[in-house]
Amino acid sequence: MTDLTRLSLKALRDGIAKKDFTSLEATDAYLKAIESGNDKLNAYVAVTADQARDMAKASDAKVAKGEAGPLEGVPLGIKDLFATKGSHTQAASHILDGFRPEYESTVTSNLWRDGAVMLGKLNMDEFAMGSSNETSYYGPVINPWRAEGGNKDLVPGGSSGGSAAAVSAWLCAGATATDTGGSIRQPAAFTGTVGIKPTYGRCSRWGVVAFASSLDQAGPIARTVEDSAIMLSSMCGFDPKDSTSVDMAVPDFAAAVQRGVKGLTIGVPSEYRMDGMPEEIEKLWQQGLEWLKAEGATVKNISLPHTKYALPAYYIVAPAEASSNLARYDGVKYGLRVSGKDITEMYELTRAEGFGREVKRRVMIGTYVLSAGYYDAYYVRAQKVRTLIKRDFEDAFNAGVDAILTPATPSAAFGIADQDMNADPVKMYLNDIFTVTVNMAGLPGIAVPAGKDGQGLPLGLQLIGKPFDEETLFAAGRVIENSAGLDLAPAKWW
Amino acid sequence: MSVDADTVRRIGRLARIRIAEEDVSAYEGELNAILGFVEQLDEVDVSGVEPMTSVTPMVLRRREDKVTDGGYADKIVANASISEDNFFMVPKVVE
Repeated sequence: MTDLTRLSLKALRDGIAKKDFTSLEATDAYLKAIESGNDKLNAYVAVTADQARDMAKASDAKVAKGEAGPLEGVPLGIKDLFATKGSHTQAASHILDGFRPEYESTVTSNLWRDGAVMLGKLNMDEFAMGSSNETSYYGPVINPWRAEGGNKDLVPGGSSGGSAAAVSAWLCAGATATDTGGSIRQPAAFTGTVGIKPTYGRCSRWGVVAFASSLDQAGPIARTVEDSAIMLSSMCGFDPKDSTSVDMAVPDFAAAVQRGVKGLTIGVPSEYRMDGMPEEIEKLWQQGLEWLKAEGATVKNISLPHTKYALPAYYIVAPAEASSNLARYDGVKYGLRVSGKDITEMYELTRAEGFGREVKRRVMIGTYVLSAGYYDAYYVRAQKVRTLIKRDFEDAFNAGVDAILTPATPSAAFGIADQDMNADPVKMYLNDIFTVTVNMAGLPGIAVPAGKDGQGLPLGLQLIGKPFDEETLFAAGRVIENSAGLDLAPAKWW
Repeated sequence: MSVDADTVRRIGRLARIRIAEEDVSAYEGELNAILGFVEQLDEVDVSGVEPMTSVTPMVLRRREDKVTDGGYADKIVANASISEDNFFMVPKVVE
């Protein structure tokens, strides 16, 4: 029999629906792959094998009765940030030790409603703060990709590093992820997978552990553009429990994948041409534009003048919101408690031990920029800059641009424990230079594998769309995927 | 603007995170690196620009003021490290 873990999500779903094989067989194949590979990759922090088999059997029963849902029987991995009733939900943080929610996040409820099967919870940067998956309390995730002929461990990107690594290494058919500054798109680019952050408001944030609420959005990481479209259709939808959830019909995203780019205008922002950007990234970007042109798109140079201010503004807005959101972790209601002589000491010791260094750093920055006397100089100014960043995009779209093509990341995956990045937090933050603008403006963005660097490591391109126009991103993303025609199977060493 | 060691200690107290004395200078350096990076925002002319309050043009929904959820205190305290009779237990706060 063929290795079921190597099938696309779509082929797996269709095979289950046609009874070529059962969901239980597919689920067992994935559980076996996790059992043999997870020690080395560290992608899962919890495997819910019994629950997965129960869900698979229920799916097989539904298929037998002719009641299959759009994801019936498909085994998925779930980022540890999503509340899943009764199972590990700790945002990869020590401070949430032992937390087992009594409720289910809306996004995962939607996936189970449509028939998906949960394999387990995926590793991530602690509270989604990081770009390398090295801030996790559970240790770093290892990228399944290695440089050709090398054996050095590389990071999978972050914060959804477990999601990206698990998808790339065939440890799940697709995974949920979240993106606050690039946490879906950067790891997708580092692992040769597809990741889409939808428009702010498409996916409910209810039951997703909050980092920076005005920026956080859930989305899928999958092996193909079509697979990501199938997953996103199930994840999205109006939810009265999230006050920023948008009450809008969810399109059949998969139907848009084959639409093509004929007649579309693709914007190319000159500000994304950074000093010191590697030649191969510049070449890849040009290649992407050629592919879109060959399929009938027009390319137009545009200017997004406030691009360079997006990352500094983000490092005020996101930590400010994080310091507020993470105030709830006090040792009282759930998770870790470290005793103190009084309640203040209990808070301080619990938070000192429970949060990792990067989380503490961001909570402290957020506390500082919101503190008396600094609020206007930092926070209000950053929110004004955010208005200007959004206006740049609006001007481009009003001038007839349908989507914008940029590199996804300034480099391919880097090594674990990179000296430069460890020494200077700002160097690590620069990973998100091309993705963070999209969160600041609330727009949809997709990362699609488009080439490989000189060492054979995957590189991605990013497409940015108009609000609620994910369909154009799937159509253009598919053209890039098709034109690139890459072999995206990492050589198995795990 | 930059922070000094005293400010680091003060931020730690405000954030309710105990900062060990031997870590103060490392935090001072890291926070100043970040504050130095965000300083470039001062170049931007923001006169007459409204600060963003909502990334999508939307009005927050309203609903009728009535109870729609609740009645499960046992579930609320289920994850507490110490609870008694559906109350969270904490060190004494009032003498």
